[in-house]
Amino acid sequence: MQVAITVNGVLHERDVDPRTLLVHFLREELDLTGTKIGCDTSQCGACTVHLDGKVLKSCTLLAVQADGAEITTIEGLAENGQHHPMQTAFWENHGLQCGYCTPGMIMASAAFVRDNPGASEGEIRHYLEGNICRCTGYHNIVKAVKQVADAAAGS
Amino acid sequence: MWPNKFDYARAGSVDEALSLISEDGKYLAGGHSLLPVMKLRLDAPGQLVDIGRIPELQGISANGGLTIGAGTTHDAIATSADVQAMCAALASACGQVGDQGVRNFGTLGGNIAHADPASDPPTVLVACGATVNIRGADGSRSVAAQDFFVDLFETALEDGELITSVSLPNCSDCQCAYVKFPHPASRYAIVGVAVCLKMDGGTCAQADVAVGGATVKAVKCAGAEAALAGTTVDEAAVNAAAEAVKADIADWLAGDIAYPESYRQQMAGVYLKRAIAAAQG
Ligand SMILES: Cc1cc2nc3c(=O)[nH]c(=O)nc-3n(C[C@H](O)[C@H](O)[C@H](O)COP(=O)(O)OP(=O)(O)OC[C@H]3O[C@@H](n4cnc5c(N)ncnc54)[C@H](O)[C@@H]3O)c2cc1C
Ligand code: FES
Ligand code: FES
Repeated sequence: MQVAITVNGVLHERDVDPRTLLVHFLREELDLTGTKIGCDTSQCGACTVHLDGKVLKSCTLLAVQADGAEITTIEGLAENGQHHPMQTAFWENHGLQCGYCTPGMIMASAAFVRDNPGASEGEIRHYLEGNICRCTGYHNIVKAVKQVADAAAGS
Repeated sequence: MWPNKFDYARAGSVDEALSLISEDGKYLAGGHSLLPVMKLRLDAPGQLVDIGRIPELQGISANGGLTIGAGTTHDAIATSADVQAMCAALASACGQVGDQGVRNFGTLGGNIAHADPASDPPTVLVACGATVNIRGADGSRSVAAQDFFVDLFETALEDGELITSVSLPNCSDCQCAYVKFPHPASRYAIVGVAVCLKMDGGTCAQADVAVGGATVKAVKCAGAEAALAGTTVDEAAVNAAAEAVKADIADWLAGDIAYPESYRQQMAGVYLKRAIAAAQG
């Protein structure tokens, strides 16, 4: 089936097998391998992207369902060569160890702080329930997100 | 993991969806229950009819009561001022479904058609006397939520039938709440309790109670309701209801190795008390 999906501002028209998941479309059709497959069972959030600005686990949607939509992946978060503040905050706070969960964590957190500037630590921890990290114990991830949330509230 | 091969068709209207669906076909709404099931090969429909873009299935209207289109997402329900005002328990239940990604794409219609025993919205729909509105090849029908949920993953839907909307009475004058004991990993309900208390002065004129998670389907709890009705919902009445609810659900218990039936049955009493406290705000 023919789909037209805009990814990181670029329109891609492709003929896909209907059973292609969005995450396969991104990784295998478009070579955007920043988006990870962790659990492949909708639990871990490693595959999180934005669809029309909303967070989505891209292993849980067919590419045909995203026909006509705008997708942002971790590769599209930086603007004009500048890291998104959430990317910078993960860097500064060392919000990662192996880095496998990081693209999903950053995509989920970026949407959360956009919608909830000034979020508390408790709200951040609660929100990140859909993103699992096997390495960090979450401490520095939460610190990174809080830094951006505080800055967003101040601006 | 790739799902099985299937034919895909996108419907623009309810009529078109009903005409497209084939014998081994399934409707696809948000895909947030169906696709995980297909990826695990627990189901392999030969056709998917995508109903995710049908305008008639979208949106919430408040007109005396609430009518919620089957294709409305959990997030849209949880954040709707109308739902918060007219059925606070449903807004709360939808706000506790999974995580934000799931709430952004999972729909009320898909949730109740799937009828996972650990789901949240069905418990509120059963407690609050909701009606499920259905269209099929032979026309329309409406089924009380209590009769819609038949058994484990089993509903009153016939082959090819489509849920169009869910109607709810106006609960703005009631004290209603949904509380849940979420599974620490999956966030699904180990136990979920919905209560709706209609107070007349200091006395409870009518109590509606339903339990899910602990049971194979959302169960209306007549014993607990009788223990609350006619009382001032004092400590003695609440304790009596928490005892009665265990008997109400005894024939429907579900459990697993981590949270066995007997444990969930006990927790239903505990969570009923918490739900009443939350309803009384
Ligand atoms: C990680 C994760 C966590 C979750 N946690 C929770 C939770 O805590 N609580 C909870 O309640 N739920 C939870 N869910 C389930 C979630 O609510 C699903 O989104 C919902 O159950 C299905 O909605 P959908 O629109 O995605 O339906 P789909 O997956 O598209 O469809 C599900 C089933 O319903 C049928 N169907 C869909 N729409 C209709 C219709 N209008 N008429 C007739 N049949 C229809 C389909 O054919 C299919 O059989 C979770 C899901 C995931 C992935
Ligand atoms: S890979 Fe999609 S949620 Fe884990
Ligand atoms: S940094 Fe390794 S999984 Fe999170």
